Amino acid sequence: MNEILEIIEQDPKKDPSEIALLTGYSEKEVQTRIKELEDSGIIRKYKAVIDWDRVGEEYVYAIIELKITLGDRSGYDTIAHRIASFNEVRSIRLISGDHDLSLTVRGKSMKDVAFFVAEKIASLDQVQNTVTHFVLKTYKEDGVPLFEQEKSKRLAISP
Amino acid sequence: MVIGMDDVISLGVGEPDFVTPWHIREACIYSLEKGHTSYTSNSGLIELREAISDSFHNDYGVGYNPEDQILVTTGVSEAADLALRALVNPGDEVILHEPCYVSYKPSIILSGGTPVPVSTTRDNEFRVTGEQIEAAITDRTKAIILSYPNNPTGAVMQKQDLEEVADVVVEHDLLVISDEVYDKLTYNGKHTCFSSLNGMEDRTILLNGLSKSHAMTGLRVGYAMGPPGLISAMLLIHQYTMLCAPITAQMGAIEALRNGEAEMQAMVREYNRRRRLFVTGLNRLGLDCFEPRGAFYAFPSVESTGMTSSQFAEELLHQQKVAVVPGEVFGQSGDGFLRCSYASSLDELKTALEKIEEFLS
Repeated sequence: MNEILEIIEQDPKKDPSEIALLTGYSEKEVQTRIKELEDSGIIRKYKAVIDWDRVGEEYVYAIIELKITLGDRSGYDTIAHRIASFNEVRSIRLISGDHDLSLTVRGKSMKDVAFFVAEKIASLDQVQNTVTHFVLKTYKEDGVPLFEQEKSKRLAISP
Repeated sequence: MVIGMDDVISLGVGEPDFVTPWHIREACIYSLEKGHTSYTSNSGLIELREAISDSFHNDYGVGYNPEDQILVTTGVSEAADLALRALVNPGDEVILHEPCYVSYKPSIILSGGTPVPVSTTRDNEFRVTGEQIEAAITDRTKAIILSYPNNPTGAVMQKQDLEEVADVVVEHDLLVISDEVYDKLTYNGKHTCFSSLNGMEDRTILLNGLSKSHAMTGLRVGYAMGPPGLISAMLLIHQYTMLCAPITAQMGAIEALRNGEAEMQAMVREYNRRRRLFVTGLNRLGLDCFEPRGAFYAFPSVESTGMTSSQFAEELLHQQKVAVVPGEVFGQSGDGFLRCSYASSLDELKTALEKIEEFLS
């Protein structure tokens, strides 16, 4: 099961017949298992890692840390779900340390992002303060390096 | 021949296509930054010998004292050479199973000994039997070289296969040089360390290294383990020839053994996928290939094509620019087979299979 997941995580486009070849399962088994993994929500979504800088699309990313004051009857989940519902929010995590929540936000411009933080996030009752870090350059995303890597220079024949 | 040709897909390579994991490279860089550029003890850094000792204790339950039973060498090749030079007197015979790694035979000859090859066969999945070894023993026989998981065939020996050999070793009072550098690359089963067998610890020089398990070929770190008397004899030669293995590589090796398990396992899983894809592919093309359960080689037969293995390899290179190694390079009994390394990316392996298919049609 984990073997199939590891392969799909690296390359969601691999078809079941090849996964069968790589794992030793039959093609039918692979199809059934993938279906199960999808249905149970273990596989959440298939997506591509895109280097938008190369497309020339000028997205602005910011990492925003929030200090939260919990209300009487609500925990972190409630406020986190609420913030997560904004399309601008790409990821949100509960973290240890000086702040409680860490968000990645994407916008079309710095103004866009600043406006979003001020209007939608900082204004929430539970949010005590915010720290915004604008992203200057992304080198690695989701385990994928976004810079050219040197190829290994092996000899063509070796013992 | 292949050198200087462009766009060749090479299945002729006897080393991982992975680059050494970053945490190991970083340990090497860090050691340079800190100014660790001196000689080490002739036996190797004690921290490294301790890490080696721990890993063998954990993996196989064998106990080697880091003080006097482990010698760090410049790759396993040096360790094999030292072992032979320490053991073999002029005229002594050393039994080895073929097909095997290309260096053993010349090393035996350089040490003044006589190589006595025993042929393993496809029918027995290239395992050597106790019977075969017994038949090759004379009163000049000094030692046996065992090398499983095997380069070039990918063959492995199960515990009971090795026990058969061990019985012969005891009966004829022999020594064994067991090169287990591919031990970590064992698929669908567990590797048995030869010296873990009953009574074999005192009769075995165990050779291993980090080249294959941690993709560190160019860093040159191997080691020999065995009874203190034999190791000290090897140390004597080592200290006058190599002196010590490079310190930068030794520092990397410590990091690899302490913290490299997860990345190593990930590489092994990837090799296993490639192995399944490639071996299935070869058999589909009619190149009969037994299931290699170790190392990263497939060893298909070219019998169905009517060609010799060198003809096949040469023509394949010319027509399709795919490089493989004819089996007879590894001993006469390798004739009729090809060594194909699957330590290449899945895409390269798929392209290679397509090209071989075209070549055969």
